[in-house]
Amino acid sequence: MSDTDTQTIDIDRERGNFRYEVDYEYDAGTGLSEETIDYIANAKGEDEWITNFRKKALRVFNKLPLPTHWASRDLESIIFDKIRYYLSQGQMPSRSWDEVPDEVKETFERLGIPEQERKFLAGVEAQFDSEAAYSNMKEALRKEGVIFVGSSEGLKEHPEIFRKFFGKVIPTNDNKFAALNSAVFSGGSFIYVPPGVKVSQPLQAYFRINAESFGQFERTLIIADEGSEVTYMEGCTAPRFETSTLHSAVVELVALKGAKLQYITVQNWSDNVFNLVTKRGWAEEDAEVKWIDCNIGSRLTMKYPGVVLKGKRARGEVISIALANDGQHQDTGAKMVHQADETTSNIVSKSISVGEGRATYRGLVNMPDHLSGCKNNTECDALLINTNSRTDTYPAINVQGNGNSVQHEASVSKVSAEQIFYMRQRGLSEGEAMSLAVNGFVNDLVREFPMEYSVELKRLIDMEMEGSVG
Amino acid sequence: MSQLEIRNLSASIEGQEILKNLSLAVPKGEVHALMGPNGTGKSTLAKVLAGHEDYEVTGGSVLLDGEEILGKEPDEIAHAGLFLAFQYPLEIPGVSIANFIRAALQSRLAEGEKLDAPAYYKRLHEKMDLLQIDRKFSSRALNEGFSGGEKKRCEILQMSMLEPSYCVMDETDSGLDIDALKVVANGVNLMRGPDRGILVITHYQRLLDYIVPDKVHVMYDGRIVRTGDSELAKELESRGYDWVREELAGSPA
Repeated sequence: MSDTDTQTIDIDRERGNFRYEVDYEYDAGTGLSEETIDYIANAKGEDEWITNFRKKALRVFNKLPLPTHWASRDLESIIFDKIRYYLSQGQMPSRSWDEVPDEVKETFERLGIPEQERKFLAGVEAQFDSEAAYSNMKEALRKEGVIFVGSSEGLKEHPEIFRKFFGKVIPTNDNKFAALNSAVFSGGSFIYVPPGVKVSQPLQAYFRINAESFGQFERTLIIADEGSEVTYMEGCTAPRFETSTLHSAVVELVALKGAKLQYITVQNWSDNVFNLVTKRGWAEEDAEVKWIDCNIGSRLTMKYPGVVLKGKRARGEVISIALANDGQHQDTGAKMVHQADETTSNIVSKSISVGEGRATYRGLVNMPDHLSGCKNNTECDALLINTNSRTDTYPAINVQGNGNSVQHEASVSKVSAEQIFYMRQRGLSEGEAMSLAVNGFVNDLVREFPMEYSVELKRLIDMEMEGSVG
Repeated sequence: MSQLEIRNLSASIEGQEILKNLSLAVPKGEVHALMGPNGTGKSTLAKVLAGHEDYEVTGGSVLLDGEEILGKEPDEIAHAGLFLAFQYPLEIPGVSIANFIRAALQSRLAEGEKLDAPAYYKRLHEKMDLLQIDRKFSSRALNEGFSGGEKKRCEILQMSMLEPSYCVMDETDSGLDIDALKVVANGVNLMRGPDRGILVITHYQRLLDYIVPDKVHVMYDGRIVRTGDSELAKELESRGYDWVREELAGSPA
């Protein structure tokens, strides 16, 4: 057991860059095989159908190549045999922070999670490495039938709802990393909002990687039943390690008829993290799925949140902000798949490249010709700070049929030395000046965020820009 | 000594010498005008004073209340009390005037100290009323799509909020119609006082009808060639700059 005297606390100027020594009761070791899956299944006490699902996924994972024919070859630096796939302290998530193990509780306190919960959240789930350590929701929502638990708990307690949608929005063979997640997933949230229930405050999950050479594979499934409304927010951090860390989540959203589902991400990964995430939502008739995705940090992020517009008048929206600093590559975008008449989608993507940082936008808009009255608006803006940064845009817009319309706008701008000089003449440091320019660039998007998250995002941008001044 | 003192300043850009042994002093409580033909180095002087990195200082010194500012970073010079009103203020998209000035004031506070937001907005609105600027103006993005007059008004507003000890106004009158010129001049006159020295750089006498300077300096070929009172500006207006050139050509080198 580690006690307070021997705890290693490595703290840097970034709030997330610290770690605690933790004794794990369950450790699947390094490398990935059927035995790893048996170990995970055993640790979790899972039903057999899940284990079979995992093993099938492992075979798909092994068969699929890395997508290096279109994506970064940096993916080849991931050594799957050296990753630890499951680490947990072997207990069910607590409903009270008092019951959370000390090191884990301290971690989340330093990240400000319990405080945010008291202030403005309807429910919180806090995941530490593979499993949720804490999960709780306001009593009033429980009474209305809202379910908000960790995915392991969801599978156990609510298999009838879980199984109906699990793996349906994102099939195992969608891509290599979705298959990997399907094989070894652990943690993540399961949310069900009953018909007509409107959850006015956000539900939040926080994903924390604490261990080195570790892979976090949370699996989130959110179902908003007919006419319901819910906002979910995820935050994530990891300390800075020498070796690379893998985060490969799968997030499936289902908005049934007339439901509104909003998913907000503010990630702040340290720059050794490979962040390879598959996120997709279904929107049925008159339903709305909105992704707000802020990608800060990580070594390589590949993430293209999508919405499948399945029902008439369904709406999909992706608003994304990506900040690529030195040594980082943000490869992000959005997918809109129109499958019904009068469906509308909106994509607004803003990327910032600093120093050697690289930002890539990949978009996909699909409107087949048998549909009519569909609309898409895509807007991609890139901001470059200093000449070495790189930005690429790959919009794939496949629109057929005369009754559909698409609008696409793209822009690239630069923060000039004269702009920086002007701001510095007013007293701002170089870092403050760059930070202000970046905040100004994303300002119109940030206005759409709940206030607390816009404050958090501004703080992260300030920190990132301060750190980028040589 | 409470003054902005430029002593034997020489500076060049890309190897070309622009400022040649220039000396000039603006004491607190006074307004000086710096006049001269185009291409004589007036704007270079303004940028060198503010610490622009493109210029290489090859000699001399610039003292702000006795403290050397040459070699300091632009933000350090700003914090030392020098404000430069730009000839061409830059656009900062998405950053409101109110937020920008707030950040500038915040940068002057000690680490950990936080600007009192309600007091800030109260003061901002008072200054805007005084300068006859519509309060809605402060929520617009800094200089983005502004007319020439709006940009200059915005500079004056920043100047009055930051309350610098010394102001250098680089061709603040260029491109302004008469109404905008009056607003700008009014702003400068409001800033006049015993605790502030102001250097107004201008090509034309016009501005000096509204801001009457205590002294006028004529700059030519990188240095000050004449200094006088406000009558000198009128003389320049009626005779142009050619006589300066001729006089210099005729004098022994």
